[in-house]
Amino acid sequence: MAVIFEPTKALLDVPTHYCPGCTHGIIHRLVGEALEELGILDRTVGVAPVGCAVLAYDYFACDMHEAAHGRAPAVATGIKRALPDNIVFTYQGDGDLAAIGTAEIVHAAARGEKITTIFVNNAIYGMTGGQMAPTTLPGQVTETSPYGRNIETQGYPVRVSEMISTLDGAVYVERVSVDTPGNVFKAKKAIKKAFELQTKGAGFTMVEVLSICPTNWGLSPVEALKWLRDNMIPYYPLGVKKDTIGEVK
Amino acid sequence: MAEKVLMKGNEAIGEAAIHAGCQCFFGYPITPQTEVAAYMARKMPKIGRVFLQAESEVAAINMVYGAAGSGVRVMTSSSSPGISLKAEGISYIAGAELPCVIVNIVRGGPGLGSIQPAQSDYFQATKGGGHGDYRLVVFAPSSVQEMVDLIQDAFDVADIYRNPVMVMGDGMLGQMMEPVEFKERPKREIPSKDSWAATGLHGRKQHHVINSLYLQPEKLEEHNKKLSKKYAEIEKNEVRYETYNCEGEVDLVVAAYGTVSRIVKNAIKILEKEGIKVGLIRPITLWPFPKKAFEEVTGRTKHGFISVELSEGQMVEDVMLSVKGRKPVYFYGRSGGMVPTPAEIAGRIRAIVGGEK
Repeated sequence: MAVIFEPTKALLDVPTHYCPGCTHGIIHRLVGEALEELGILDRTVGVAPVGCAVLAYDYFACDMHEAAHGRAPAVATGIKRALPDNIVFTYQGDGDLAAIGTAEIVHAAARGEKITTIFVNNAIYGMTGGQMAPTTLPGQVTETSPYGRNIETQGYPVRVSEMISTLDGAVYVERVSVDTPGNVFKAKKAIKKAFELQTKGAGFTMVEVLSICPTNWGLSPVEALKWLRDNMIPYYPLGVKKDTIGEVK
Repeated sequence: MAEKVLMKGNEAIGEAAIHAGCQCFFGYPITPQTEVAAYMARKMPKIGRVFLQAESEVAAINMVYGAAGSGVRVMTSSSSPGISLKAEGISYIAGAELPCVIVNIVRGGPGLGSIQPAQSDYFQATKGGGHGDYRLVVFAPSSVQEMVDLIQDAFDVADIYRNPVMVMGDGMLGQMMEPVEFKERPKREIPSKDSWAATGLHGRKQHHVINSLYLQPEKLEEHNKKLSKKYAEIEKNEVRYETYNCEGEVDLVVAAYGTVSRIVKNAIKILEKEGIKVGLIRPITLWPFPKKAFEEVTGRTKHGFISVELSEGQMVEDVMLSVKGRKPVYFYGRSGGMVPTPAEIAGRIRAIVGGEK
């Protein structure tokens, strides 16, 4: 009997702790499939963040490090410099990467660290229960912006991909979304390309994935996907922000 | 074929680390230790090893975490305010049981303090610094030569116990020049890192995870008990100290470490001429603290002990814990970058022995 679909070998066969409807599961699978299809699982080391994906080290089948909050790009730098033949990735949320870890991500990109960052942006702190993130949209209600994010007092959201794209060390930056099957396929293509560029020894690569948080947004998964489309994509436009290499040969 | 060379303390630290097989160095400039990074920047690339200047001390210690978890020998160095920033990472490194060497060339504090020599990071080094139940092995050299020897030993101790080791010198040790020899150190058995290092699977079935998170209370307690057992082993096996002039009956015993111990030795010589016999206990490991050295001499010291430090009184608490109230424990300290003279220390000791408390 022909197998037309099976779980990726890059993910362990264990239950995850993610909430029902959360898109982390899809993003994990896309990363796993990319590692498996490129045949690099055996020499990949991942770095998990602090946040909803904190336990990602229990889910990926490759060797993993668990980093302190925001420090994953620095940890990944240490790994890559120590063992440069390995493929190294960080998997980080928006609180981890765009708030407490801003210095680490900016400088890893500026140095052109030959690592890949998967940046999951769901516009909120998920694990701690729905507080305002640097990526929370103007007017968005969270536990710590209960009257809606007020740009007068709480400032503006950070468009990380656009910011990282200005750095010469970053060779490939793309923002994708996992709100529709079509976008999931595009996300997969971007993630695979980022890892493939790393295998060629290119510089820093990052894929920002717009993601949903039904639990803390207070929406059903279907409503959350619609909210992402209607609110996040206009503020965080999808597409390639930087590509200095082009097609991977 | 050891040959004596004249070297600045900070540069000798770098060379000693290279001799010990340090593969990666991650640093950040801060006075008075910057020459360590500058030396590594010159030397490491030439021998195919890694030097990287991080964007902060926070990043540097997390790079250390990544490299240590990858199974290579790795070092970072800094000075007091920088060590405060590294404290988070040090706690994670201890929690994840990773071996590494951290150098602290101590300057005056608190806050931005000064850039002059001090010993006011004793509490931070020996009592925590970062959060949680962990211990840092702390070596305190008193000369550039000893610093060279201890840097090399620190890598071994770190690997044997899978624990971070700090080499702590006051600012003077980093800046002074002394003749040094890069001797072959006693060979110790270093356990393989194959069973835990996250090197990439490369055919291995079970993935390796470098981690300090244990969400179940039972598991974290079990982990902490395991760490405690390891720390007890370190306390049993790794205590180092020097005693000087402590034989027979003594009038007073001084506790001092680092460069201060050298000044104290001169004070002891001044007092010897006056018929006052003063001993010295010089802890070489600040943790584990050489409690037994104090126990051994407690019955023979007439006026008790005095801790002399470049601080407002930190090691003195460990001296008190070791003496357990059986004899008086005095303190004399200068801080903020001030360094006492032998005559000044002798004066304080003379006063105690003469009955002035």
